[in-house]
Amino acid sequence: MTALLQPAILFGLTGAALVGIGLFAVVTQPGLLRRIVGCNILGAGIFLVFGAVARRGAGAGFEADPVPQALVITGIVVAFSASALAIALLKRLSEITIGEGADAGGPEGGA
Amino acid sequence: MMALLDLSLAALLLLLALGVVAERQERGAIIAFLAFGLMLGLAWLRLAAPDVALTEIAIGGGVTGILLLRAEAALRGRGKTEEPLRRTGRLAVAVACAMISAGLGYAVLRFATPAPTLAPAAAEALPATELGNPVTAVLLAYRALDTLLEKVVVLLALIGVWSLAPDGLWGGAPVVKPAAVPAPLAWLARVLPPFGVVIGIYMFWVGADAPGGTFQAGTVLAAMWLLVTMAGLYPAPDTGARLPRLLLAGGPVLFLGIAFLGFVFAEGFLAYPEGLAKPLIVAIEAALTLSVAAALALLVAGPARKAPAR
Amino acid sequence: MSMGLLADIATIVLVSAGALLFLAGALGLLRFPDSLSRLHAISKADNLGLGLIVLGLMPQAGSIAGGLKLVCVWLLAQLSAATASQLLARALQRDRTRP
Repeated sequence: MTALLQPAILFGLTGAALVGIGLFAVVTQPGLLRRIVGCNILGAGIFLVFGAVARRGAGAGFEADPVPQALVITGIVVAFSASALAIALLKRLSEITIGEGADAGGPEGGA
Repeated sequence: MMALLDLSLAALLLLLALGVVAERQERGAIIAFLAFGLMLGLAWLRLAAPDVALTEIAIGGGVTGILLLRAEAALRGRGKTEEPLRRTGRLAVAVACAMISAGLGYAVLRFATPAPTLAPAAAEALPATELGNPVTAVLLAYRALDTLLEKVVVLLALIGVWSLAPDGLWGGAPVVKPAAVPAPLAWLARVLPPFGVVIGIYMFWVGADAPGGTFQAGTVLAAMWLLVTMAGLYPAPDTGARLPRLLLAGGPVLFLGIAFLGFVFAEGFLAYPEGLAKPLIVAIEAALTLSVAAALALLVAGPARKAPAR
Repeated sequence: MSMGLLADIATIVLVSAGALLFLAGALGLLRFPDSLSRLHAISKADNLGLGLIVLGLMPQAGSIAGGLKLVCVWLLAQLSAATASQLLARALQRDRTRP
């Protein structure tokens, strides 16, 4: 029982659960914006599992293995870029399909 | 005592994630997700990863928040929705997701002992880089190729966002300022940026030896620019203008240039000459911080909405 | 030794008081009937609670620079919390007069 309460294991398990919750949101949510948020939860879960690996790799005077940690930092920035691109696509999609973004230049908006 | 903190943090994370799924209103779900990002930062601290915690709070709780809330406001009532699944379909998906979680959880419980680690290798090479923060050393020395490629990915995402602008607006400026700026926001946008810029520079500077670094500093600088632009004090620049493009490309170009010089002056691509590692890394970090700041801010600002001023 | 003990006691008392205020604020946030009174509860408790916690941590800061950083954290949190409260209150006012 005490082994389960070590931060590495506890947050590793939390990460595993978050992967499931995020995936559920990505597949079942009707709203596309919410699916993007779900994708972010899914990613956060994977990072957390990776963080648990890093924590267990403590050694050489470090409290955790710095290599996975650095990769997670890189991953967070890339995940943000992907979300930004997805949201830009979503906005453009709603402009085109609903046609309310005509002030921003519709399909015929070329100069 | 700490176990109690960890347990409540884990429970809070799961509850907030479930809240994102269950919340009826889109905006409520986004706010739950922002709280989730902040709590996740605390979880990273408990995993002995202060560098990741800073990045997660700045990006996951901060800049993603602006991005999502702006998107929600723009899409309210006309967001794209798909046909909701039937109850049996949802149940099937839930069971499948639970199985994936269970499998991952099993893997977590069955982690190899002794844990595989690169920490000794990182510690061994640390004196050669003259850095004190092993995470910065991994990002800019041992695994510099990852960081370089990541910068390119961020730029590609930005090009993707820009290319969603209608043809006539290519090279124009995004619109960040809302229709009406409340007075307190304008006031904050005048008072906060001087502090924010100092904090950003500080985070970049201590990153060599303590938690902090280019990504965290870049995010703080991006947030300051967004604050000023959202308050309407300063308009967003044309995406075709020279200065933003120079800032965006500067970091990766300097990085790549120094990487190639490694062929001549050191052992190869991305190798630093002995004794010069730290000054070179600090120079790359400075340029990268500005690039990260510009890229993150412009990713939030979105594609051009105004015709270029020519 | 006695100075250290005194500092530790001050820390425990002040941080506990701050945590208690946060608890009270959170309770108000959950229990009060309308948005404006909820905002009132949370902003009061937030500012005072954080101030007490920062004050309590001061003796443990170890260096003057560390203490100054703590004060900066408190001031910046004050600044942003005050602005956020103002913005929220204005949005509520607008919604109330419009419907």
